[in-house]
Amino acid sequence: MVTNVTNLGRSGLSDWMMQRVTAVMLGAYFLMMMGFFVCHPQLTYEEWRSFMGNSAVRIASLISFLAIGGHAWVGLWTISTDYFKPTGIRFLFQAACGLALVVYFVWGVQILWGF
Amino acid sequence: MVLTVEDKRPVNLDLTTIKLPLPGFASILHRVSGFAIFLALPILLWVLDQSLMNEGSFAALQEVLSGFLIKLIIFAILAGLIFHLIAGIKHMLMDAGIGETLEGARRGAAITIGLSGLLILIAGAWLWLPM
Repeated sequence: MVTNVTNLGRSGLSDWMMQRVTAVMLGAYFLMMMGFFVCHPQLTYEEWRSFMGNSAVRIASLISFLAIGGHAWVGLWTISTDYFKPTGIRFLFQAACGLALVVYFVWGVQILWGF
Repeated sequence: MVLTVEDKRPVNLDLTTIKLPLPGFASILHRVSGFAIFLALPILLWVLDQSLMNEGSFAALQEVLSGFLIKLIIFAILAGLIFHLIAGIKHMLMDAGIGETLEGARRGAAITIGLSGLLILIAGAWLWLPM
C-alpha cells in the first residue's frame, strides 16, 4: 500500500471525503453571504455588525474558516504532488501553503471575535 | 522504490500544442480558480476586517470599494468563486454517477461554463449597475 505522510487524512479516500464535506459547507456559506448582500443593497454598519455578531452566523463563519483550511489543503496538496516532483521543492510549497492557511485561520478568528 | 518501466510510447508535454477538450478546459479552470481564491483570501479577510472594525473603517472601506480597480479585483474574486462552486457541483454530480459518459462529460462541462458565465455576468451587473 502506498502511504503518504503529507496528505490530510493519511488516506486518499479520507481526503476525497473531506474535500467534499468542506465543499458543501463552503458552498452553503457562500450562498448565505451572497443572499444577505443581495437582500441588503443599502447595507449600514449597524446592520452588518449585528448580522456578523449573531451567534449562529459567528459559528457558521468559524466552521467555514476551518473548512477553508481543510478544503484548500487537499487542493493545494494535490497541486503540489502533480507539479513538483523534487521532494524539497514540494515540501517547501506545502509548508508555505500550510503556513498561509494557519495564518488565514487565526486572522479570521481574530476578526470574528474582535469587533 | 525506483520503478523502471521500459516505456517507448511518445510523450507530448508541450502544452502549447495540446488542444484541451471542453471537460479538460473546465477541469483546469476549476484548479486555477481554486488556487486564485487561495491567493485572494488575504484580500477578503482584509475587507472583512475593515468592514467590522468600526463605523469609520466601514465607511472608508465603502469608499475604497467604489474605486474601479478594486471593484475589478472583487469582481475577479467573485467570478472565481462562482466558477469554482458550479464546477464543484458538477464534480459531485459526477461522483454520484451523473454525466460520467464521454457525451455526458462534454455536456456537463458546457453547462458548467455556460451557467457560470451567465452568473458571472449577473454578478458584474450587480456590482456596477446602480440599484
